[in-house]
Amino acid sequence: MSVVTKYVLFGIDDNTLQAGARRVEEEFKRELKNAGLDDEIKVVETGSMGIIQKGVVILVEPDDIYYTEVTIDDVKEIVNEHLLKGRPVQRLKFDGKVDKSVVSFRESAQEIKKQNRVVLSNSGVIDPENIEEYIAVNGYEALAKAVTEKKPEDIVEEIKESGLRGRGGAGFPTGLKWSFTAPLDKKPKYLVCNADEGEPGTFKDRLIMEGDPHKLIEGMAIAAYAIGAEKGYIYIRGEYKLSIERTEKAIEDARKYGILGENIFGSGFDFDIEIKIGAGAYVCGEETALLNSLEGGRGNPRVKPPFPGQVGLWDQPTVVNNVETLANVPSIILNGHDWYREMGTEDSKGTKVYTILGHVNNPGLIEVEMGTTLRDIIYKYAGGVKGNFKCALVGGAAGAFIGKEMLDVKMDYDHLGKYKAVLGSGAILVMNQTACIVDMLKNTLAFFKHESCGKCTPCRIGNVHLYNMLDDITKAKGKEEYINNMLTLAESMQQSSLCALGQSAYLVIESATRYFEDEILEHIERKVCPQNVCEMK
Amino acid sequence: MEEAKVKIPDNEYYQKLEEYINEVKHMPGTLINVLHKAQGIFGYLPVEVQSFIADKLGVPYSKVYGVVTFYNFFSMEPRGKYVVNICMGTACYVKGADRVVEYFKQKLGIDEGETTEDGLFTLTSARCFGACGLAPVLMVNEDVYGHVDRDKVSEIIKKYKEKEKNE
Repeated sequence: MSVVTKYVLFGIDDNTLQAGARRVEEEFKRELKNAGLDDEIKVVETGSMGIIQKGVVILVEPDDIYYTEVTIDDVKEIVNEHLLKGRPVQRLKFDGKVDKSVVSFRESAQEIKKQNRVVLSNSGVIDPENIEEYIAVNGYEALAKAVTEKKPEDIVEEIKESGLRGRGGAGFPTGLKWSFTAPLDKKPKYLVCNADEGEPGTFKDRLIMEGDPHKLIEGMAIAAYAIGAEKGYIYIRGEYKLSIERTEKAIEDARKYGILGENIFGSGFDFDIEIKIGAGAYVCGEETALLNSLEGGRGNPRVKPPFPGQVGLWDQPTVVNNVETLANVPSIILNGHDWYREMGTEDSKGTKVYTILGHVNNPGLIEVEMGTTLRDIIYKYAGGVKGNFKCALVGGAAGAFIGKEMLDVKMDYDHLGKYKAVLGSGAILVMNQTACIVDMLKNTLAFFKHESCGKCTPCRIGNVHLYNMLDDITKAKGKEEYINNMLTLAESMQQSSLCALGQSAYLVIESATRYFEDEILEHIERKVCPQNVCEMK
Repeated sequence: MEEAKVKIPDNEYYQKLEEYINEVKHMPGTLINVLHKAQGIFGYLPVEVQSFIADKLGVPYSKVYGVVTFYNFFSMEPRGKYVVNICMGTACYVKGADRVVEYFKQKLGIDEGETTEDGLFTLTSARCFGACGLAPVLMVNEDVYGHVDRDKVSEIIKKYKEKEKNE
């Protein structure tokens, strides 16, 4: 058997698949065979490399060379020039900044520990469909350690100490959430993973599931052990075909290896996971609505309290955690809370995965420490703005606008909170001078109006009125009092709506009026859209 | 109860659905799974199919109807062979998703939510697909298309029309 000298990694995600990654990969294998290199050079499929909008992306290791927008016609050249003669093909080389965390290749566990990368440490590195590759990078070690060496209450304590907070948007301390459910005697208990990622502009959970599904499963098994659940559900939105496929396969493989099922690692702990596929409703991302949907009904939110921790799925104690939150768990258990607390800020520990989109040069996915400034995220990692920076919508539709004067804000739960903004799902939509704020608001409210479940009045009716006022403004029928009316209405919705959906309009409207009141007034008073986006008739 | 617009006499379909229902009936919370299955079999969920499901699962018809009308994925109208679903998420909107909808309306001569007379295309829009890197993005059944502009719209329509001809 010959020695493998090089790896050619294909980043496989929706973006690259659409660009024909599989066809390029086939061609690559053919060309390698023709060149007699197929023993020596291995083609590996992996998850997203964090470079998007750049067609088919491949990485040649250990040379550390990325090629983007690779087509079938380029394959021969790469094989002949780079792999055979050792001369990288300059014209295809990616020269933008790459978030090394996402793509560092097969480092030893020691090196990973030194890095500040947690959730995406394996994404783009290992083959997500091969459980052995996950095990080779210390996968399932944390679970083994948890169930054989530690008591459930130790795990809860460890997570509490780590300072991990929920990554779904609300930022509730994860260990605290677990501690409400763990001591309850009521059986059965459930662990639910919220993978109904629907916040516009967000796709971090999808890439975690596509890139490293075993990490999620391991995190779930540890969480289940901590709270005493024997059954887990992953609620994935129906549009995420590849996530469903890969997670399904990961669960099956884990069962085969005895990592899910009965008596895990001989510890007497039983746990299994079932995938439930959503049917398309934004509100189902809200945890109680998600539980109603899991029970097979309409996804209307429930009145809280009681909280799911006590009365959840089928009225049993249930912990609902986001994908990213759970994907943090194995590393914390493996490396200890002190290690985790070294990253981040005073109140927000660890890292955060962001999706950066809109008018930036290198849109993509990054994982950086909590507290990294918005300026660094946009200019260091996303390659800067196309045109002039106008504002960023941070946290998706349920987020808030952040203007130029706030670019140096530290991105974490509490710093953003001070400025009436939120971290939310971690979606950062950057807009340049061509974007019209009224138009953006109208689109956001059209979304809320459509997705409101109708259960509570403030949300059902409030969003319609907000939308109508914005629609009027874009049609030159806006009235002066609209700005105030919108703010008052949105604020009362924030106070009286049953769930986050109805409460969200306030932040986005408040932030828009705070930064861009003049622009909105132009629409209302002078009947002009400065960006020439709105109809104004 | 609203009268069904289309009668579905096909007993084979019902039989297939009943077999599935019997398989999963004992598990709690299976209504949505059953509806997914039923829509897969019939293509849509007319009232008759809904009341059949209600009977077999032993739940009130009102509950079935409530669930069907709640979720975007379920349709009570027959849909075209190819459902064009355009993402209207914020990232796609910034990149001109509303114009993409307009192109399709012009090209297909239908409004959103409608189906072409030949039964080939249905035009719908949806919330964020989580494929924002490709904005503006759309799906035709399960195929994803990114960076869609006027030319690409024509290409996509042509592609499926040709596919139809060859079948």
